[in-house]
This record gives sequence, structure tokens and C-alpha cells, in this order.
Amino acid sequence: MASVSMNVNGKTVSGDVEDRTLLVQFIRENLRLTGTHVGCDTSQCGACVVHVDGKAVKSCTMLAAQADGCDVTTIEGLANGELHPMQTAFKENHGLQCGFCTPGMIMAATDMVNRLGKDLDEATIRSELEGNICRCTGYHNIVKSIQDGASKM
Amino acid sequence: MSEGIGARVLRKEDKRFITGSGKYTDDVRNENQCYAAFVRSPHAHAKVKGIDKSAAEAMAGVEAVLDGHQLTGDGIGNIICGWAVNSKDGSPMNMGAWSALATEYVRYVGDAVAVVIADSPANARTAAEAVDVDYEVLEAVVTADKALADGAPQIHPEAPNNLIFDWEIGEKEPTEAAIAGAAYVCEMDITNNRVAPNPMEPRSAVAAYDPSEEHYTLYTTSQNPHVARLVLSAFYQVAPEHKLRVIAPDVGGGFGAKIYIYPEEIVCLWASMKTKRSVKWTADRTEAFLTDAHGRDHITTAKMGFDANNKIVGFQVDTIANLGAYMSLFSSSVPTYLYATLLSGQYNIANVHCNVRTVYTNTTPVDAYRGAGRPEACYLIERMMETAARELGVDPAELRRTNFITEFPHQTPVIMAYDSGDFGANLDAAMAAADWKGFEARRAEAASRGKLRGIGMSAYIEACGIAPSAAVGSLGAGVGLWESAEVRVNPVGTIEILTGSHSHGQGHETTFSQLISDRFGLPSDNVQVVHGDTDKVQFGMGTYGSRSGAVGMSAIVKALDKVEAKAKKIAAHMLEADEGDIVIENGEVKVAGTDKTLGWHEVCLGAYTAHNLPEGMEPGLKEGAFYDPANFTFPAGNYICEVEVDPETGTTEIIQFVASDDFGTIINPMIVEGQVHGGIAQGVGQALLEQAVYDDSGQLLTGSYMDYTMPRADDLPSYQVSHETTVCPGNPLGIKGCGEAGAIGSPPAVINAITDAIGNNNLSMPATPSKVWQAIQETAAKQAAE
Repeated sequence: MASVSMNVNGKTVSGDVEDRTLLVQFIRENLRLTGTHVGCDTSQCGACVVHVDGKAVKSCTMLAAQADGCDVTTIEGLANGELHPMQTAFKENHGLQCGFCTPGMIMAATDMVNRLGKDLDEATIRSELEGNICRCTGYHNIVKSIQDGASKM
Repeated sequence: MSEGIGARVLRKEDKRFITGSGKYTDDVRNENQCYAAFVRSPHAHAKVKGIDKSAAEAMAGVEAVLDGHQLTGDGIGNIICGWAVNSKDGSPMNMGAWSALATEYVRYVGDAVAVVIADSPANARTAAEAVDVDYEVLEAVVTADKALADGAPQIHPEAPNNLIFDWEIGEKEPTEAAIAGAAYVCEMDITNNRVAPNPMEPRSAVAAYDPSEEHYTLYTTSQNPHVARLVLSAFYQVAPEHKLRVIAPDVGGGFGAKIYIYPEEIVCLWASMKTKRSVKWTADRTEAFLTDAHGRDHITTAKMGFDANNKIVGFQVDTIANLGAYMSLFSSSVPTYLYATLLSGQYNIANVHCNVRTVYTNTTPVDAYRGAGRPEACYLIERMMETAARELGVDPAELRRTNFITEFPHQTPVIMAYDSGDFGANLDAAMAAADWKGFEARRAEAASRGKLRGIGMSAYIEACGIAPSAAVGSLGAGVGLWESAEVRVNPVGTIEILTGSHSHGQGHETTFSQLISDRFGLPSDNVQVVHGDTDKVQFGMGTYGSRSGAVGMSAIVKALDKVEAKAKKIAAHMLEADEGDIVIENGEVKVAGTDKTLGWHEVCLGAYTAHNLPEGMEPGLKEGAFYDPANFTFPAGNYICEVEVDPETGTTEIIQFVASDDFGTIINPMIVEGQVHGGIAQGVGQALLEQAVYDDSGQLLTGSYMDYTMPRADDLPSYQVSHETTVCPGNPLGIKGCGEAGAIGSPPAVINAITDAIGNNNLSMPATPSKVWQAIQETAAKQAAE
């Protein structure tokens, strides 16, 4: 067992977890923040993307113990008011259908803007989305959403 | 802004999804939650000689280890296929037994033999690995043609030679004669590749048994929770129907894979009763690849005969369909009534004959996947039309136009009566949007850069809103295919729509609310759509086959008609006016031509106070309806794909993709376009990237996202989507359906474009760089030889 403590969405949280506990399991099962999803077992789909110390991380690829002492932001903690501009952009551009990949997409998108700036062209966005899989939208409106959301961040 | 029919209303359901507040099945956690892990066969075919559970039972946190003998001993029934298809000699289909936990034999890798129930997912999984199953490995067969061969391993005693049925449709002799007399015959062998549906949310089930009430609650990732409840109770005897509540909450995509009732739901319910604990199971992605029903997997040879005027005179098709190790719920209908009935395509063909043999193999069961049979038909027809045009030396668009059906209704030789359409309009619109005329200049420009540019089209038609119930019943369906709805008007005038349709990404909460806005002029925020819970909605058939618009919304319209009629009666009485003079608009109830007006809410309150109702009228304002369509609907369209192939690597880049669709009336264009985008992406995925690959021993080689190539953002282009509408005459809104079109129309357009680019028609899906490169080398070798 490991004792972990971290700051999640602005609140200090702690817990005792088995060593093998993944960060995503800690977030979903211990903290009951179920907006972060698990869509695969191989760090491919990106449904579980959160920010750890300001960087996008696939939370299925990190042990909870590795996040000890870190600042973690999940989809539930992204907005500074009611909605983050990227969240609004996904709604306004119909960037989601079933919604399962959406939290990971939005967390990856905001990270993309943080790294590359607000002026993102289509090719860049498509290339940067390599680690996030959506089965519903065909990506067309996700690309539009990210372009729109980036310009408003 | 109008929120009625035709408005691009933003989705009501989005807020919970973009904030992480959606509630999916795996998000449910009950008080006394424990977790199931399945012990699955690592062999594609084996005899189960024994199961030693003792080590697992002794492990930490283990509540129970249960096997198939206990399951059948408790009277849990076998899993069945719900659509009976007879062979052409009249004999019934040869359905093998399928127990939710295998007892004597396992028949595919992933077949479950036991389940461990433990206090955590990790403990359950660890213990599952400690269950010692003694297998006697048997020879396996994985492809449909080999399964039919002499000496092939026999999978089910009920199905000699692995043949499930040998079925036909259309007139054989006249079709053969027409082809024999044809001026030109196009002959092709075509394989439709097996794909895995891959909704992003893995399947999940949370079952809770309440011993004091002998009542079960099941949360499950279902496209049709009422069908699940019916089948679980009536056929599998898991629980009586009135003691079973099935809830399909937010569901993260379905694409067909979440229609069926799988072993895991059955076992979780049963295990919950056995252990008196709530039992949760959530698939990991590899389990999804192994156990979610796959799609497609046809091997076909076909002949299409043309007369001297390039008119099709006959189309003869011989298909073998791989149904996998067991017959899934609708597996028999997919390669028959959903496939062969569409083989006339958009064309006026007097003679069509199709023979279909369905076979068992040692692979994951195969059932409906987005499009279900219609993509297989479309791919066959449209590759042959393109090939015929090339071999005849005529323009592919003109060959299609020459053969288009132009008068409706049109009875095809394979059951379907097309009710409406304008195929030429879709063709013209797609060609204009794609700048078809300018293509040769673009090809030349690409050649100057060393790239091979190609263009291909596909003219698709499909049948949606699968119905009417009496017709599908006569064809063997075990269920009716109507839909139900209830419209509950509250005393304050807000409205709840209860629907038997189920939304797992389609945006029903928004689209269905638009019907209320359109009818009464109420804001869509005043409407709540309720679905996915058998305790709330009385019954429904669920969502698949692009039926929620054409069938589900038609039921809502019928209920709304009744609500409107009663509201008008009440208003006429309150306003002392003639019922025929009452109009409801902009949230007001008026007497036409006067200034007499009531607020909508005043009429609704009047219905519930019942102080001043017409004589004999029951209080309240709530109406239900069942809607059973008179015919299928027939969405159709034309897709054009333009590609560039790098001859050095065989890599294909899609330069543009144009879709012109006829979906009938469109309620929300934004949502409809999204459906087309997603469908095209799945079709392009099948054409370029995706295949479920088995080795000869039956191991699934593509069991994760490391191996199975899902389309990603950088594999796909942006799409140009437009509509040419002819209204469907068969339902009150004129809707045809839009959910599957993209996946049906796109694969042949992509392959026709690539084969055009590389000058070699010998190419199968998925057109991977390796295959395309080899085809380019074949072309080069042929040219060198000439």
C-alpha cells in the first residue's frame, strides 16, 4: 500500500492505495470524479487525459503513487467559471456525440493550446490529436471545436 | 431563434458531457458493490475437461467462483438468435447451443467458462487467472470458405459442415438466362473485411438483486434496454420481466455492438442473485475486441450482365457469410434481409438473384455493425459498377445514370418497394461539389509531383426504419419493430417526452424536443426527454438501423396529435369557442381571428385542476402512442472520394470527400451532418485501416489499439456534406434516417478512387500501404510485360 496526497482541482486529497493503483483508478474510484474515462488498456485512446503539473497525461499510464505531491486537473476542474472556452467551443461546434471521448479531447485540446498557442491550423490539430480516438464524430467537428476554442482561450 | 424542425439547435445534452458529469454504466457504484472477472478461453476450439476453482476460491477478497454447470443448473437458458431464417429447402436454420458460460466446449478465444466475483476489480482479475481450466485443444477454423470445406473442424453438432443455412432470394433461372444473353458481363470476387465496432465506451453491466423484493436492477450499456429486459426474462429466464428493471444510462456509442444481450449481462444478474451482492463488470478493450460482436466478413462472387445499351439485365450474387462461433441476436438477418434485399442498388434491374450461406467459425460472433448488410451490398454493387464502366470504356457517372431508377414507387426483384428519391439530383450535386470536371487537371498536377491521383464514386441506397412489424414477422423476426412514445404535459405546461428510442450519441434530447417547439412554439428548454429506463418508459424497441427519426419520432408525433387535440378541446371549452378555431402557436392558445387568448400553461393547468372541463372529459394531459411504419424508408445518396497515392510507399491520402445525401426531412441539420461525418469515418476506416485479423489457430491478432488501426484525426479529411431532399411519403414527418449512410456509401468510393489512381482493380479492403504498394508493382510488371 502507498499513501498518496495530491492537489486535485484545487483541493488537497489523500488516500491509501495499492501500489498497482493507476492514477485514473484513484481519480475515478477514490475521488469519484467519473468524468475521466477509460477507453483502452494500452494508452492509445486518450479518454483518460488529465493535466498533471500543467501537462496533459494519460492517467491510465501513470500510477497514483507517481502523482504524489502533484497538481492534477480533471475535466471537472477545468473551468474557471461555469465553462472553459474549450468546453463552450465543443458544444457550439457539435464537437461531441456520445461524449465518452470528450473529456479527454478537451483536456488534450487545452494542453495543445498551452503548448502551441491560440492560432492552430487544421493540419496541426489533426496531427496533435494522434493520441485521442473518437469513434462518433469523424473528427471534423472536433477539429473545428479546437480551432474555435483555441482562439477564445 | 426558432427551435423547430430544420433549426440547428445546439445540443441540450452537451453540458453534462463537456463538464464530465455524464453518467455511464461504469460510473454507477452501488452500496455493496463487488466486481466480476471472466475466465475466458485462450483457445479458439477446445473441449473443457475440467475446471479447478479451489485456488481462486481461497484468494483474497473472492466472494464466489461460478461456472456454466451452476448456471444451467439454475435454469438459465441458452442465448438465442431472434430472427429465424430458413434454408431454401424449407429447413430451419441450424442454431447451435450457446450457454453464457461454456460447459463442454469453447468455440472462440474469449468464450467465457467461469466468473470470479470479488471485492475489487484487481482481486477478481487476479483470482480469475488462478482458475485452472483443463482444455483439450481441438483444431480450429476461422474463415467462412474453409469452414465449409470437406474435413473442416465441426463446431456445433446442430450444424453439419458448419452450415447454418443456405438461403436465396430472387429468381435464379431468369437471372442466369439474362446474364447468359448479356452483351457484357462484369465478374468479380469480393471480400468484405471483418471489422470490430469499437464504441469508445467499453461494454459494462452493474446488476443488483434485492432479496427482499426478489427484484433485479441492471445498469447496462444497451441500445435497447426494453429488448434486453424482454430477452433476459422471456428467453434466458434470468428474472421475471416485472421483477427486472433495466437502465441504459448515458451510453458511449453503440454502432450495433450494444444491441445484443451478451453473456456478461446474464452472468452479472445471476451472480448478483447468487451472492446477494451488486455485481459490476466492465470490459477492458481487449475483452471488447474479443467479445463485442464483429461486423461484415463476407466472401462473394458476383456477375452483373449489361445489354448493348449498357443497361443492367441481370445481377447474380453468391455470398458466404461468417457468423462466428455462435449466432448472435440478429446475426441471421444481416446477410439476408438487410443485405440481399438491397442488391438492386439505385438501379432498375429486372433480374436479381442472391444465394447466401451462413457458417460457423471459431471466431467472435458476427452481427449488425453500422449499416449491417447494406454496406456489404453497396460495396459489391458500386465496385462492380465502377469496374464495368472501366471495362466498357464509359464514364462511371453516365453508366450509373443510364441505369438509375427514376420513377417511384419502384418494386425491385428483391422485396423492397422504394418509395421516393432523386438519384440524379444527388449525383449532380456530388459531382458539382467535387468539381468532377476539373479532375483530370488535378490528376496531371499531382503527377507532376510524383503522386497518383484518383477519383471514385458510390451511389448508395439503404433501407432504414426497419418495419413494418407484420412484414418482418413474416420474414422470421422474433420481435415487432414499432416504437412507442408518451407525451406528458405537466400542470405548468412543461413537457416530458418518454420514448422507447435510446440515445447513445445521436442527440435525441435535442432533436425530439424540437418537435415540441415546432408544434406548440415552446422553448426546447421546457422539454425533458426521458429514455433508457424500463421503469420510466413502458416499452420500446430501441435505437439501431437509423430508426429513431423515422419510427421513434413518428410515435412522438402520434402522441402529440392526441395531446394537441385534447388541449384544443379544453381551450375551446374555456374560451367558449369552436374547437376548429383554436390554434396553438408561440406558447399561446388562441381563437383564430379574435383576440381571445390563453397561455399554454393556463390550458395545461386547466386540464389538471379539472374545474372547467368539457362534459365527460377525463382530467389530465398525457397521451401515448405506438407507431408501426407502413414500409421501410430509403435514404440514398452519392459519395465522391478523391485520393492521392504515394507510389513509393503505397500510402493513400484522402484529398477530398463529398457526400450528397437524401435523408428526407431533416429536423436538426447540425446533428445530421455529424452523423454523416462519423459514418464516413467508419467507412473510410474499413476501406483503409481496419480489419479484425485471426491467425489460422483462431487467435485474434488485432486485440488492442496497438494492433487494430482505428481511424485517427490525421487519417481523415474534413468532409463536404450536403443534402438533396425528397420527402419520405411513409411517415408523418417525411424522415428517411441518417445514422448509417456514411458507413454504407463511403467504402466503395474510397476503393474506386484508389484503384483509379493506381490503375489496378485488384485491391481489397483495408487498402493498407502494403497492399496498395503491391498493387502498384503488379501494374508496373504488367505494363513492363506489355
